[in-house]
Amino acid sequence: MNLHEYQARDILRRHGIPVPPGEVASTPAEARAIAERFGGKVVVKAQVHAGGRGKAGGVKLAKTAAEAETHAKAILGMTIKSLTVQKVLIAPAAEIATESYVGIIVDRASQRPVLMVSPAGGIDIEEVAAKTPDKIHQLAIDPRYGLLPHQALALGFTLYSDVKQVRAAADIMQKLYTAVYAVGASLAEINPLVTTPDGTVQALDAKIAIDDNELERRPEIAALRDVSAEAPAEVAAREAGLTFIKLEGNVGCCVNGAGLAMATMDLVKYYGGEPANFLDIGGSSNPQKVVAALRIITGDPNVKSILFNIFGGITRGDDVANGIVQATQAFPLKVPIVIRLTGTNEKEGIGILERAGFAALSDMDEAVKQAVAKAKGKAA
Amino acid sequence: MSIFIDQTTRLVVQGITGRDGSFHAKNMMYYGTKVVAGVTPGKGGQRFENAVPVFNTVAEAVHVTQANTAVIYVPAAAAASAIFEAADAGLGLIVCITEGIPVLDMTRVLPYVHERGARLIGPNCPGLISPGKSKVGIIPGNICEPGTIGVVSRSGTLTYEIIHQLSTNGLGQSTCVGIGGDPLIGTNFIHCLTAFDADPDTAAMVMIGEIGGTDEQQAAEFVKERVKKPVVGFIAGQTAPPGRRMGHAGAIISGSSGTAAEKMTALANAGISVMKRPADVVPLLKERL
Repeated sequence: MNLHEYQARDILRRHGIPVPPGEVASTPAEARAIAERFGGKVVVKAQVHAGGRGKAGGVKLAKTAAEAETHAKAILGMTIKSLTVQKVLIAPAAEIATESYVGIIVDRASQRPVLMVSPAGGIDIEEVAAKTPDKIHQLAIDPRYGLLPHQALALGFTLYSDVKQVRAAADIMQKLYTAVYAVGASLAEINPLVTTPDGTVQALDAKIAIDDNELERRPEIAALRDVSAEAPAEVAAREAGLTFIKLEGNVGCCVNGAGLAMATMDLVKYYGGEPANFLDIGGSSNPQKVVAALRIITGDPNVKSILFNIFGGITRGDDVANGIVQATQAFPLKVPIVIRLTGTNEKEGIGILERAGFAALSDMDEAVKQAVAKAKGKAA
Repeated sequence: MSIFIDQTTRLVVQGITGRDGSFHAKNMMYYGTKVVAGVTPGKGGQRFENAVPVFNTVAEAVHVTQANTAVIYVPAAAAASAIFEAADAGLGLIVCITEGIPVLDMTRVLPYVHERGARLIGPNCPGLISPGKSKVGIIPGNICEPGTIGVVSRSGTLTYEIIHQLSTNGLGQSTCVGIGGDPLIGTNFIHCLTAFDADPDTAAMVMIGEIGGTDEQQAAEFVKERVKKPVVGFIAGQTAPPGRRMGHAGAIISGSSGTAAEKMTALANAGISVMKRPADVVPLLKERL
């Protein structure tokens, strides 16, 4: 689950990291009022779950409160990487002397949280990694001991030579590490970590992504979810206990199991079609879930055919078949549907589906070919 | 033979009285796995299916029954603790089926398990099966056939799909291992391929990967340097968009890293026969055998 910049800044501030003040506005008038309260120059920053906000015109400096209102008017409602800006953060404009990067991510290869710091801040860290990897200093942290003071200090010396700033940076790194475990983050970045002309070290921008597996035990973090920042279909899917990701094609897919769902999408493409979505319906044959899946898939006007691919292990084929029959009685379909059913009670399941008038088969390649043909309006 | 589990496996089922635990314990017993104990705190002294003694703790279960393997069907909130407990009780193999364990918990679980010399398979996996000998987990026994193909996979139902292709075409399996869909797992492709390469009854291996991380790329390097037997590989997620978690917590392309294309290239460069679709597994294996 992604957090907005303003939410990440709040979390870091709560953990004792120096983060300048900032307030969120949803309307240009609110932006103006906040700017007036701060007085002086402010920066108006789009709050969306996307990088490259500056390049897209979503970050603007305002010399006056009136200008803040004008910028907010332009930025609110703007689309950045197909996300609509609904909030802006208003923060006093900082004088920046230097910009660095500090981030912690859980690294799969070392199976540890890894702290990365770089004196090349204010740039996409992936770009730094690609062009000047020697500018990134990494440390795999042993979670039994945490980030040890001497380790943080050594990394601080890669950023600054003034020992006061080195100690300030080291302190920030340790607090960032604590914050990661406190909120269940899979990623926590400060970019840029700045020094101001008077020598203060501050976090000017923050990004935190929360591990979805943490949400159940951290309801206060789960409550930070911005549903309006997510596609309605994906919200509906999550509420129905499904996983759904919309793609651009016209063959709607409904599969049990994430790996099989990906392989099904790939096979649609292999046979010349374009998948409309990824949808993992999980292990249940419950008709309610099937209805929810059908509703979400057909909510996409691009969908011209629907492919079900179910490998029944524990899930029984006849249960799945009955679920689909009941679901399509409750939610009649306007597009052709092809059902591939295999595994436990496959023959019984296919019999039930055929008697209900569905195209039902046990071979995955055949089913995909048929679904692709039907999406093109042809017979397979 | 087989790897990791066989007829000498003595299994303790953690969470045996729960909905999933009881259902799958029965299936494993029906398959022929030696289920010697169950653990549910508070239900010690009961007997599961009038046959399997239930204990309050794993340590007690091991002490009384000499269980050597654990399978965990405990909900996510308690699953990390269940792994700690199994490792602490001295078990050599721990299989965690549970999906939803926080990744940061796994950063602490993995060193603990490793230090105690235990092998963890999973979490978020269907477990493993040595057809005809033992099944620890939820892989349907009726789709498997005993044979000489070793299967290692990050997936659940996609693994079943490929096993089904193998079984219906005369290619039985020595052991099928589901290593799981999470980003931090106890056993990876290299661990399984090493074991299969050393198993006298495994003639060839199939590895089933997906987008996210670098496990398949590292496995490809390893195969190139050290593995003698033929390997066939499949990578799911060629059509997955970057930056999106495709179901499995570990199935996510970060930036440009972890794409299916990158993995397929790495596999091909290592002399692994790369499947374009699940149905290719049989012809590619037959070519190599």
